[in-house]
Amino acid sequence: MEQDVKVTIIDREGVSHTIEAPTDMAMNLMEIVRLYELAPEGTIGICGGMAMCASCQCYVLSDTELPEMQEDEDAMLAEAFYVKNNSRLGCQIQMTPEMEGLKVELAPES
Amino acid sequence: MIKTDILIIGAGPTGLFAVFEAGLLKLKCHLIDALPQPGGQCSELYPKKPIYDIPGFPEILADDLTKNLLEQCKQFEPGFTLGERADTLEKQEDGTFIVTTNKGTKHHAPIVAIAGGLGSFEPRKPLIHNLVSFEDKGVEYIIKEPEFYRDKKVVIAGGGDSALDWSIYLSNIASEVTLIHRRNEFRGALDSVDKVQELKDAGKINLITPAEVVGLVGHHELKAVVVSQSAHINKEYEVECDHFIPLFGLSPKLGPLGNWGLEIEKNAIKVNNALDYQTNIPGVFAIGDVNTYPGKLKLILCGFHEATLMCQAAYQIINPGKRYVLKYTTVSGVDGFDGSRKEAPKAVVKKIE
Ligand SMILES: Cc1cc2nc3c(=O)[nH]c(=O)nc-3n(C[C@H](O)[C@H](O)[C@H](O)COP(=O)(O)OP(=O)(O)OC[C@H]3O[C@@H](n4cnc5c(N)ncnc54)[C@H](O)[C@@H]3O)c2cc1C
Ligand code: FES
Repeated sequence: MEQDVKVTIIDREGVSHTIEAPTDMAMNLMEIVRLYELAPEGTIGICGGMAMCASCQCYVLSDTELPEMQEDEDAMLAEAFYVKNNSRLGCQIQMTPEMEGLKVELAPES
Repeated sequence: MIKTDILIIGAGPTGLFAVFEAGLLKLKCHLIDALPQPGGQCSELYPKKPIYDIPGFPEILADDLTKNLLEQCKQFEPGFTLGERADTLEKQEDGTFIVTTNKGTKHHAPIVAIAGGLGSFEPRKPLIHNLVSFEDKGVEYIIKEPEFYRDKKVVIAGGGDSALDWSIYLSNIASEVTLIHRRNEFRGALDSVDKVQELKDAGKINLITPAEVVGLVGHHELKAVVVSQSAHINKEYEVECDHFIPLFGLSPKLGPLGNWGLEIEKNAIKVNNALDYQTNIPGVFAIGDVNTYPGKLKLILCGFHEATLMCQAAYQIINPGKRYVLKYTTVSGVDGFDGSRKEAPKAVVKKIE
């Protein structure tokens, strides 16, 4: 089994959670949030992770090197609300060993 | 007042299949959905995507599943109240229910089946400070009747399929169509993007990119939108219009269902899954994605199963004490309310000489 990574997620109420995320389950950050129930059901992952709803938008606070943004993620963020320079879609960030120490804050629900 | 046997809230796959199962028991259904079209998540979120876990279908497009479900339940003549949200549930003295929509349409039934999925699909509203005050005074989020825009000046905002498709469609109806998007790139089917390019070149669509609508102008009715364009230098100016249609997708909200006195857990309605998916209000059931119970899975096939059991329980409530024995469709055929009959061809009995 591959190792877990520690990631920190600040939920929409401002509470910080540092959790162990598995790297061997093909999970993305949006799914980790749902796994740990850090956002109410039905408020995150609406499109199932197809970069088509932006319900998983988060602000990246650490300088972790993230996978490069693909065209569809970039286009979706262009249509989302509350977007900042450090916005990413959680469903497009796969949990790999490189994500150790990642820190994000969930964007408001819209 | 619309009267029916089972009033179904939500016309997603679960609600549509419930119509068929109810029909086999001679119960009539009426469906309410906030979306202008049936299909629920399948039609709103991923119509062109394949599903691989519908039993008996190795692969089926979400749109085709919706089409098939409509075809399958057609002979039971379901009624539809589309584009309206079910807002209130009132229990009558005789135990029946009246459900009223946000448009005031009233529905009366002895059984209410909530098949509301993740909630009613509500438009995602851009953060423009005075947007809400112009709702229905020139601002619409869903296009129900394209003719409404005949010879009007329309501004559409958004960068996805619906913004592209409606710009194309309305360019033949409205006197002027302006499409505004934060980027020069659009996220949609290739032929829609090409078509908009063509219409722009022909002067039939005004394209303003990269730009954003930042305010609305008007007294009681919308007169113009304030556009902020960031080409080389930032500039702000007004674009005159009669209608502003922001198309940023829809997102599901449990909304009014949360105030019906139902037991809610994790944004879903708690039901008795040992029996019949009834809620804490007798006569009100919750089926499909909208319910929760230990071990719940939000899958289409689970919704189908729940719909089937719900109909049996509804039959018992509507026909108290009446005996019922399960019949196979293959053996007894399907008798539609429209007089149609489907049945298996009879085996031939013939001598071989
Ligand atoms: C991208 C994606 C991929 C998926 N892939 C699969 C898959 O491969 N296999 C699978 O089994 N499932 C899949 N699903 C899940 C599947 O779509 C759902 O399980 C299914 O749609 C649930 O059906 P439903 O009828 O219960 O609810 P929904 O499809 O959510 O329909 C509910 C309807 O109720 C309406 N509604 C709710 N409240 C109200 C109200 N108060 N008034 C009026 N209308 C209301 C809503 O507008 C909506 O149209 C996927 C989902 C997504 C988003
Ligand atoms: S879950 Fe929809 S964009 Fe990420």
